[in-house]
Amino acid sequence: MKAFLILEDGTVFQGTSIGSTREVISEIVFNTSMTGYLEVLTDPSYAGQAVVMTYPLIGNYGICHEDMESSRPWPDAYIVRELSRIPSNFRSEDTIQHFLESNDIPGISGIDTRALTKILREKGTMNGMVTTNENYDLDEVIARVKAYTVQGVVMATTTKEKYVLPGEGKKVALLDLGAKRNIARSLNKKGCEVTVYPADTPAEEILAADPDGIMLSNGPGDPKENVEIIREIRKLYESDVPIFAICLGHQLMALATGADTYKLKYGHRGGNHPVKDLETGRVYISSQNHGYAVDPDSLDPAVAVPAFVNVNDGTNEGLKYTGKNIFTVQYHPEACPGPQDSSYLFDRFLKMMEGNK
Amino acid sequence: MPKNPDIKKVLVIGSGPIIIGQAAEFDYAGTQACRSLKEEGVEVVLLNSNPATIMTDKDIADKVYIEPLTVEVVEQLILKEKPDSVLPTLGGQAGLNLAMELEEAGFLKEHNVRLIGTTALTIKKAEDREMFKETMEKIGEPVAPSEIVEDVKTGLEVAERIGYPVVLRPAYTLGGSGGGIAENREQCAEILENGLRLSRVGQVLVERCIAGWKEIEYEVMRDGAGNVITVCNMENIDPVGVHTGDSIVVAPSQTLGDKEYQMLRTSALNIITELGITGGCNVQYALHPESFEYCVIEVNPRVSRSSALASKATGYPIAKVAAKIALGYTLDEIKNAVTKKTYASFEPMLDYCVVKMPRLPFDKFISAKRTLGTQMKATGEVMSICTNFEGALMKAIRSLEQHVDSLMSYDFTHLTDEELTEMLHRVDDRRIWVIAEALRRGVSYETIHDITKIDVWFIDKLAILVEMEAALKAAGTGMDAELLREAKRIEFPDNVISSLTGIPQEEIKKMRHENGIRAAYKMVDTCAAEFAAETPYYYSCYGSENEVTQTGGRKKVLVLGSGPIRIGQGIEFDFCSVHSTWAFEKEGYETIIINNNPETVSTDFDIADKLYFEPLTPEDVESIVDIEKPDGAVVQFGGQTAIKLTEALMKMGVPILGTAAEDVDAAEDRELFDKILETCGIPRPAGHTVFTAEEAKKAANELGYPVLVRPSYVLGGQGMQIAINDQDIDEFIGIINQIAQEHPILVDKYIMGKEIEVDAICDGTDILIPGIMEHIERTGIHSGDSISVYPAQSLTEGNKKTIVDYTEKLARALHVKGMINIQFIVDGEDVYIIEVNPRSSRTVPYISKVTGIPIVPLATQIICGHTIRELGYTPGLQKEADYIAIKMPVFSFEKIRGADVSLGPEMKSTGECLGIAKTFNEALYKAFQGAGIKLPKYKNMIITVRDEDKEEAVGIAKRFQALGYRIFATRGTAKYLYSHGVRVLSVPKLEQESPNILDLVLGHEIDLVIDIPSQGAERSRDGFIIRRNAIETGVTVLTALDTAAALATSLENRAKELTLIDIATVKNV
Repeated sequence: MKAFLILEDGTVFQGTSIGSTREVISEIVFNTSMTGYLEVLTDPSYAGQAVVMTYPLIGNYGICHEDMESSRPWPDAYIVRELSRIPSNFRSEDTIQHFLESNDIPGISGIDTRALTKILREKGTMNGMVTTNENYDLDEVIARVKAYTVQGVVMATTTKEKYVLPGEGKKVALLDLGAKRNIARSLNKKGCEVTVYPADTPAEEILAADPDGIMLSNGPGDPKENVEIIREIRKLYESDVPIFAICLGHQLMALATGADTYKLKYGHRGGNHPVKDLETGRVYISSQNHGYAVDPDSLDPAVAVPAFVNVNDGTNEGLKYTGKNIFTVQYHPEACPGPQDSSYLFDRFLKMMEGNK
Repeated sequence: MPKNPDIKKVLVIGSGPIIIGQAAEFDYAGTQACRSLKEEGVEVVLLNSNPATIMTDKDIADKVYIEPLTVEVVEQLILKEKPDSVLPTLGGQAGLNLAMELEEAGFLKEHNVRLIGTTALTIKKAEDREMFKETMEKIGEPVAPSEIVEDVKTGLEVAERIGYPVVLRPAYTLGGSGGGIAENREQCAEILENGLRLSRVGQVLVERCIAGWKEIEYEVMRDGAGNVITVCNMENIDPVGVHTGDSIVVAPSQTLGDKEYQMLRTSALNIITELGITGGCNVQYALHPESFEYCVIEVNPRVSRSSALASKATGYPIAKVAAKIALGYTLDEIKNAVTKKTYASFEPMLDYCVVKMPRLPFDKFISAKRTLGTQMKATGEVMSICTNFEGALMKAIRSLEQHVDSLMSYDFTHLTDEELTEMLHRVDDRRIWVIAEALRRGVSYETIHDITKIDVWFIDKLAILVEMEAALKAAGTGMDAELLREAKRIEFPDNVISSLTGIPQEEIKKMRHENGIRAAYKMVDTCAAEFAAETPYYYSCYGSENEVTQTGGRKKVLVLGSGPIRIGQGIEFDFCSVHSTWAFEKEGYETIIINNNPETVSTDFDIADKLYFEPLTPEDVESIVDIEKPDGAVVQFGGQTAIKLTEALMKMGVPILGTAAEDVDAAEDRELFDKILETCGIPRPAGHTVFTAEEAKKAANELGYPVLVRPSYVLGGQGMQIAINDQDIDEFIGIINQIAQEHPILVDKYIMGKEIEVDAICDGTDILIPGIMEHIERTGIHSGDSISVYPAQSLTEGNKKTIVDYTEKLARALHVKGMINIQFIVDGEDVYIIEVNPRSSRTVPYISKVTGIPIVPLATQIICGHTIRELGYTPGLQKEADYIAIKMPVFSFEKIRGADVSLGPEMKSTGECLGIAKTFNEALYKAFQGAGIKLPKYKNMIITVRDEDKEEAVGIAKRFQALGYRIFATRGTAKYLYSHGVRVLSVPKLEQESPNILDLVLGHEIDLVIDIPSQGAERSRDGFIIRRNAIETGVTVLTALDTAAALATSLENRAKELTLIDIATVKNV
């Protein structure tokens, strides 16, 4: 069946429908990872967005459920150049075609994803519609597409109930803002007992459990939308509990302490971004997925200073909080997908928790 | 970390002659590194014995020494030039081994020279089997259970313990020389014996066989601050068991999930960190197809063939960055040369699929075993890029120039199902064609996978191509636009679609254009379009938006490259293409290169204004022409590959710059050419043009045997043979007709004489002849396999005058504008023409360097309309240079099991080296040294000659005797030599009881075998076995008396201190 991707600037791509035939409007973003399509699909940070994979051959190794980063796929739509006709991997349990269908995720294949990526790069992230309706009215569609904004995605993706991953070591409270599983898994593997809290949990409740450390997760959407959560995070900041934050968590901590965030032209999504540790001068290749960044000019050095910077475009990639046991990064030390080079940050967090007691 | 200010003068060691396992990739890496060093203001001293390389140009390095790659030479060079550093990681294994020997001997330390790029300890940790194993164990990286042995007995014990099959890998050898898989005790003993001898340190690794696992490679980089990145990973379609150089390779990996990808990536980065490498490194893995279990197979702490491939596949210039790292820079200080916005500290992301295919020499060595194993056999490779795997594979297939253009090109339809299944078990270069046939017959993916261990993902892709064949056949002349669109998406060429549907090719083209089905070009930008890139490096695909932009203003020239490196068409033509491109640029042209060889300098993205990484077929070229609309194309620098495209370019309306197409044709067309010779009054050996064996026999009998039989329009004398009777003719014509033969066959009278070669430049009026070269071997041996001497040593003044006269007449008669290459036979005062090539030749780089005349730039300027006089040169034969320069062919016979090593009219050498000196004898000695013929060792030799050569053999035997050699010979030769005063030991022939001549060869105390086989197809089987065994046990084998005499001369004059000559100072005065 034919499918169409209609961008808000009027560009139309014609391809083949994959997954669900449902019509959907979303924010279109691209990811440059060459492997890890399932981890991308199940990363809650993509809630409210449609993902374009720049790598043209997707689905080659099928679906292995244990690689899922959450319980379900989150993107509104999936846009690819080509889906593999058969999967081949010893762990594969399903095909990507079937996975998209059974999760009711619409998508389009057979389009020039590079041309699409170049549009997004030049004009910035924009909205679009994926539809199988051949008789669309372009003007009407564009008006609707333009009106779309990503909203309410943190509460849509966070856990509904608190739960615990048992461990013998440090007790970590993980505030789930739309967390990827491997954050909790990474801490749990290092022996931590991880208690995962819904995003709207009051700070008092978390602190009352007397955790050794608090972890703020990644998550979707515009950070500034989360006014109430930011208020609670401010309280966490004021406690003496060591805090490590990733991605959205990093942005919310910055907002909670008076700094500002802004939307990047087309974001960073992929597994090849170099970040420089300003303390050691070392460069690490990182896994990234963010459309917003902390404005380093808005930082008060008495509160926080840049700790990591992106080598490519100089944007902020991490903060160290002055006089506090708090450090936050914009990128993903939990990888999945992407390089594992920054997993040492979890050890740093562990050390911080130990040093605190 | 900024640049280390103590590094001011660096010695770069190249990799020497092109041999199997060490090809043009090191010229690419070395050239890139030298330019990168010079960019930083570092003085570069270059040492490489290979004159055909671009790196040995005075434009590339400050001081250029084309001298043998021996410890003595490097020591002497260090004393002479006093470099402060040596960069050894760019010259392949040859350069690395040399640097290690110097380091181990303490020479570098003694003279305050440091190794940059990587330390000696790092090299040892990566290359020494035991240290490598310890290092891997220390960081918990698994290696296959193995043990190093130094004798056969222990080796066999270890093999029993580990369990067969075992892999045997000799330490410190190239391209896996002497290694192999042993299934049982007998095989194990055989390979061990051989491998122990070939290893520089007499060690062989006996290892658990992991054949059938997925073979995955990672190219990684590390800087002095410890920053690490992965440039690229690659997956071999052929599982472990086939050398990666002979495998079909895809980048990035296709069947690895993120978990496997990251597991191996992390491992590779841990390894490069532990080894402390500063620069590039290649890590090879075997990954179990049904689990996460993996083994590290090998680490190469230097740039390699794989790193060249990774550079071309991603656009990330590994050698350039490695050179900057060697100077002290960190990755985040080095700009990404592609985006010019980002830095070298990132990992390239591909938004396309890359396929590499090996170019195997079985068309040259018909008797050789086609089986592929751990010993690399490919002479070169092609790479292609597409947005889908099927398309990339189809493009790679037709880039090979082996008369293959689809999965139907090898016909296995005549096989029974049982025979086909048996073929599936055979691992050779036609395996994917066998699989395609199996798929056509409905053999299941599982069955094919069980036999071949090739991942079903790849098998499915082959099935998609097979299904398209069937769909096109079924559609026939009723093919619709949608089917055509899909066929083009997976890169079916028009001619294949035409043969399947029965629709004429022109109609298909028309149908494509009417339906907007056109090739679009996408950029290789290292970042999957995330950042705007400036580098004009393109590949084609269908069904996409075209990204190529046209700037306009300048005139545009299309430079056609020479495709994969093969015997007969090597790196020389890349040298010519690159220099021509640079010269066109200086003339104000916008330059466009089309080529498909990832190993070369010409496919580096900063050589031309635009690079199209595409097959060199008329259709692929036409698609580029449609977009670029060039003002002209130049075909005379890209070897036969480019010449073959002449007619097609004319049809597309692209003017051929330089010599006109009809004149190119006149040189190749027998009848036209004969007419020209007649008009000019130039004699040639009598001959005829024929099409059938009957005609050939008739011609041969008329001319009188021996005759030379060859196809027209080939390079490197492919298919050329000397026939001495009718039987030979039948056999040779049969072989010629095995390969598609649209052109006629030539039968010429064979004349024995001196062979002379001339390269000349003609501007239409005047002719410039840089020099005359003479071959040491008499006619009958291909010019590429002969030792070539400049200036000619034994010509009379009369000969020279005639040669100049004929050259001028021919160049004018053929209206040459640019280059011409002519081969002559001189017999007394008689001079005959053998062959004329209206294009650049194999000898051009060598002769340019030794005469100091920039032949290719001059020819290019002339093509652009300048004249020889206007460019400041006096026409005619140029004054002889002050040096004698000898080009020595180098062979790779030990790598090709079953190949006949005897020399004849068909070229067999893979590379060459140069000996340059003030005297002939020193030049000859250097040439033999450069070719790796380091004699004497045991001072034992064997001579067997034909009856007609016995008289001549006496003199040569006496000279070797005087050099202290003990001479062995079989009865006939022994009797003759003895009766003529040679002290000779008679040994029993092969078929006689042991100990016979073969035992002598296998006893490893023979230095040299001089075996002159009889001409014609009736070759002695005995001689063949002796020669093969000798070659495979590392014995020097000579099959021409002239070569033997030259070797004697060289040995008689050895041991004196060599004078090293800086080629950059050679000037034409």
